[in-house]
Amino acid sequence: MSVHPTINLDSLQEIVERHGYNKNKLIAILQDIQAVYHYLPAEALKTLSRLLKIPLIDIISVATFYRAFSLTPKGRHVATVCMGTACHVRGAPKILEEFERQLNIRRGETTEDGEWSLETVACLGCCAIGPVVVVDGDYHAHTSIRKVPTILGKYRK
Amino acid sequence: MITMKINGVEVKAEEGWTVLETAKFYGLEIPTLCHHEGLTPYGACRLCLVEIGEGPRAKLVSSCTYPAEEGLVVHTDTKRVVQARRMMIELMLSVAPYSKVIQDLASRFGVTRMRFKIRNEECILCGLCVRMCEEQMDGKAIGFQNRGYQRKISTPFDIRSEECRLCGGCIYICPACQLRCQGPQAETAICNACLTMEPTCLDFYDELQCWMYDAGRCGTCVREKKA
Repeated sequence: MSVHPTINLDSLQEIVERHGYNKNKLIAILQDIQAVYHYLPAEALKTLSRLLKIPLIDIISVATFYRAFSLTPKGRHVATVCMGTACHVRGAPKILEEFERQLNIRRGETTEDGEWSLETVACLGCCAIGPVVVVDGDYHAHTSIRKVPTILGKYRK
Repeated sequence: MITMKINGVEVKAEEGWTVLETAKFYGLEIPTLCHHEGLTPYGACRLCLVEIGEGPRAKLVSSCTYPAEEGLVVHTDTKRVVQARRMMIELMLSVAPYSKVIQDLASRFGVTRMRFKIRNEECILCGLCVRMCEEQMDGKAIGFQNRGYQRKISTPFDIRSEECRLCGGCIYICPACQLRCQGPQAETAICNACLTMEPTCLDFYDELQCWMYDAGRCGTCVREKKA
């Protein structure tokens, strides 16, 4: 069962048109594609290479360089645990372990039902409210192992 | 015409030349690995490092990418340059110890120890194959992916690329793909067989009988007899 919208090449064309077929806006275009599918599907990248007249390998180089882009499907919700120094000393590794246990996946993986992805980040820059966990753009401050089920519950139906 | 100084000698370079091209024109040898005539300079291997400027402001630059400038003072063989080169060879040895090109460089520059953990990735990320594919073969089938310690050269999605015509240009130009000779120290990370010049055969043969000499490999017994 897949939660991802099927790859619609018309919407891809629309995105590229919005950016005026400009090669220099590759990153912005990739971001827009990722916003639709939650990852960068191989088919979309191949079509993009044709539309923008950029070699496919150059698109792949950019897409693999940045952590923000993913070539593998992501879950509907993405939980990001900050592993920065400040969060680390306040127990971020333990929180990450708790997420791994609750979701039954390892960091960087996605659950089989496609609901959750678990990511880590080096630092979010908000060390004062650490340990920080970000779920779908919402920041959860001062997290602890006991708060993990509550955080997950908020997003589960 | 640009006038500059290399190793204290006044030389003339043409407009648009790099320091490396100027040095080569005057017969000065600067070792290179990622440089190839016909491909754009890339400055990845850092073997062609030279010192520019004088005194405390002297700095190391890669000569293959540094353009010849009016009044530039270049030194190609200072202690600092040689040390930096040796370090680069050591680092490259640690990632590709099975490469003949790098083993030969190690012997030539007297690198007799390798202090790093052997990673054996069989690639030094010199980018020769990428440039060969793009510039000479007009293929654009391979390129760099990921970043940092995960950086690698591959085709899109690690499967055979539609752009690849199997021309083999990438393998032809790869310095790490050529396997090292099976000398006496073939198992160790650093060979140095060319430095020690110990004959590997029990008997001594002449030029005609030694097949290794014909192949341009060992031939130490022949050379020793000649000397």
